[in-house]
Amino acid sequence: MAFIITRRQGLALTGAAFASAWMAQQAAAQIPRADVAAPNFPIENGAALRVIRPSRFVEPDEVIWRENTAKFTRETGVDVRVDFVGWEDIRAQTGVTANTGAGPDIVVGWGDDPHIYADKVIELTDLAEYLGGRYGGWMSLSEIYGKRVRTNNWIGIPMGGSTGPIVYRKSAVKEAGFDSIPEDHAGFLRLMQALKRINKPGGFALGNAVGDGNGTANWLTWSHNAFLADEDGRVAINSRETIAALNYMRELYPTFVSGTLSWLDPTNNRAYAAEEVFLTPNGISLYYALKNDPRTRHIAEDTDHAPLPKGLSEKVPQSATIINAMVFRHTRFPNAAKQYIRFMMEAEQYDHWLTQCLGYWSHSLRAFSNSKVWDSDPALAVYRNGMDHPFWSGYKAPITQASATVSAEFILVQMYASVASGQATPEAAAREAERRASRYYRSRG
Amino acid sequence: MNSTAAAAIPVTWTRPRTQATWIERLLDWKPFLIIICLLPAVGLLVVFLTYPLGLGIWMAFTDTTIGRRGVWIGLENFEYLAEDPIFWTAVFYSCFYTGVATIGKFGLGLWLALLLNNHLPFKSILRAIILLPWIVPTALSAIAFWWLYDPQFSIFSYFLVQVLGVRDTNIDFLGSPWAARWSLIAANIWRGIPFVAISLLAGLQTISPSLYEAALLDGSTGWQRFRYITFPMLLPILAIVMTFSIIFTFTDFQLVYAITRGGPINSTHLMATLAFQRGIPGGQLGEGAAIAVAMIPFLVFATLFSYFALARRKWQQGESND
Repeated sequence: MAFIITRRQGLALTGAAFASAWMAQQAAAQIPRADVAAPNFPIENGAALRVIRPSRFVEPDEVIWRENTAKFTRETGVDVRVDFVGWEDIRAQTGVTANTGAGPDIVVGWGDDPHIYADKVIELTDLAEYLGGRYGGWMSLSEIYGKRVRTNNWIGIPMGGSTGPIVYRKSAVKEAGFDSIPEDHAGFLRLMQALKRINKPGGFALGNAVGDGNGTANWLTWSHNAFLADEDGRVAINSRETIAALNYMRELYPTFVSGTLSWLDPTNNRAYAAEEVFLTPNGISLYYALKNDPRTRHIAEDTDHAPLPKGLSEKVPQSATIINAMVFRHTRFPNAAKQYIRFMMEAEQYDHWLTQCLGYWSHSLRAFSNSKVWDSDPALAVYRNGMDHPFWSGYKAPITQASATVSAEFILVQMYASVASGQATPEAAAREAERRASRYYRSRG
Repeated sequence: MNSTAAAAIPVTWTRPRTQATWIERLLDWKPFLIIICLLPAVGLLVVFLTYPLGLGIWMAFTDTTIGRRGVWIGLENFEYLAEDPIFWTAVFYSCFYTGVATIGKFGLGLWLALLLNNHLPFKSILRAIILLPWIVPTALSAIAFWWLYDPQFSIFSYFLVQVLGVRDTNIDFLGSPWAARWSLIAANIWRGIPFVAISLLAGLQTISPSLYEAALLDGSTGWQRFRYITFPMLLPILAIVMTFSIIFTFTDFQLVYAITRGGPINSTHLMATLAFQRGIPGGQLGEGAAIAVAMIPFLVFATLFSYFALARRKWQQGESND
């Protein structure tokens, strides 16, 4: 997933954001909400909050976030300082915050983080239950990433997720003789082969790309019903299902455009925009970048999205990159922190943010499926359910530091890449992945 | 007048010697002075060099992760690394990368220095331009090379395919292990040449022209002048520059991390990038530190080699070796 948003576009978006700010209230009106009494978190005297969250990739993400925060300060008198931190730095900053017991009160970090620091964050069950009750319940990925493993205790409030379904050129797929993206492996392979034949190939990132590479690997793994580790955290990647996935990779790889082994996150965006690639998994940012640039608008008009092929899986084998709000124990103002998160999640603010981000974040509460943003463009349809997937990073094991390391170390990506390049047999690649993953899942004495 | 005669008798006037205070005595005491003068420097070294280095070495023997204090696990990290093929690939590539890039940089750098040492028009401007690759921040030149090597948009591919028509497909610079390895080495050489060339040029200019004149009178050839005058006279500075160059190359990080992130399939990981990859994004600080610590013997060896093989005193004084 990478993010081509030009400055010009960003400015246009900002302008639109301000122009439509007054509409936020009306737009939010169509979000159904149950009549649930807000929980009572009396804000402490003299409260002030510091918040960090990942930096934006679409401009309104930051603009509207700040706007909503300013509104919170106006209504409650609580000063809030929000810092936007680079995507690669925020994990380290969260770690330091957790270890030293100092720093920001609220971290809106990555999905895994509250699980890694479960003992350092305060429980948000009351808040999560209120929000779930009011807005039609949580999406399935929200439940997975929000609750402490095997409990009903919430340790994070998932605020949104970004997914990478298939982005494809309608004309190319039609020319290849298909009306839609097949859901089974054999059909999808035939489509990819046909695309290659007409010289309009697709491509999946197999380089050390944090988002796209892991997306490719997870799709292949889950669509063959394989999984990294079982419910108890025992590594289970060296399985018959994985071998099948690797064999499939071996057939699929020759259909890719050349160079996918070195693709980093932005590469497929560039290649798609340059009409070198005609089918690739990616976030919504690519579509908007194309749509907002007059030179590439024709590509956007010819672009549609489809869920990743299910293969043998019953559900779409897709997860999401999630931002998860957590409150650290060291905060002196836990109630103010909870109120801040609640405020940001309430429809008046949240829907405005969602709408202005143009679908970049998929919502975490079910009621927001009715948000206007999802009807604003038919191409957005698959992103509406971005958070409604049953898979997560490190599926089926609990989310821990180990699962975070396995994806940061590209263990699964490299397993597929080594087979694709012919460096290893499927059996050897699966064994190697098992060896590496076991190291991080080893029990700690 | 007696009194004046008496006054004429020279009086050796000495300043009354007052008892030195304890602080004066303390400040006159050499050992104390030495300690007090060294203290700021030692303090800086301890805080900014020894402590981080010591902490890194200590962490290599623990299972510290980001966000969790580690416990002492002895050599477990090293034992795991010893049987980790990715680590050994990184060790191999670090040595290969350093070796080939150093040879390339010195070969081309020395040649460039010899050319620049001639009288050329616009000599100063030329020399300044030569330095550009070295001045540009590595991260920037890395991104430039990333584009040059891009599988879809490489300008090299564009020339060969679209302009000259000698190839049908784009060159996949970074897509297979050896292609990626050589591409990175080429980028590193491009970046390292100016440092070598300018340093050696400085060395060349210290060689007295009279030596060449004498050699010319003796009817020497160009190669002989290079072999018996330039090269020996250049050796001391060559040793220093080579030591630095080897250390910079061996610990290179930005080029590789920005262009390939160690891919494809870990074939271009240097020890430095692997240590970072495991330690920071991977969160396994202990293991990352162990990889970093494993670099130390290589660096010590490289330094000692440069010094003892190339910087012998007797060479510098024109005597023969023992």
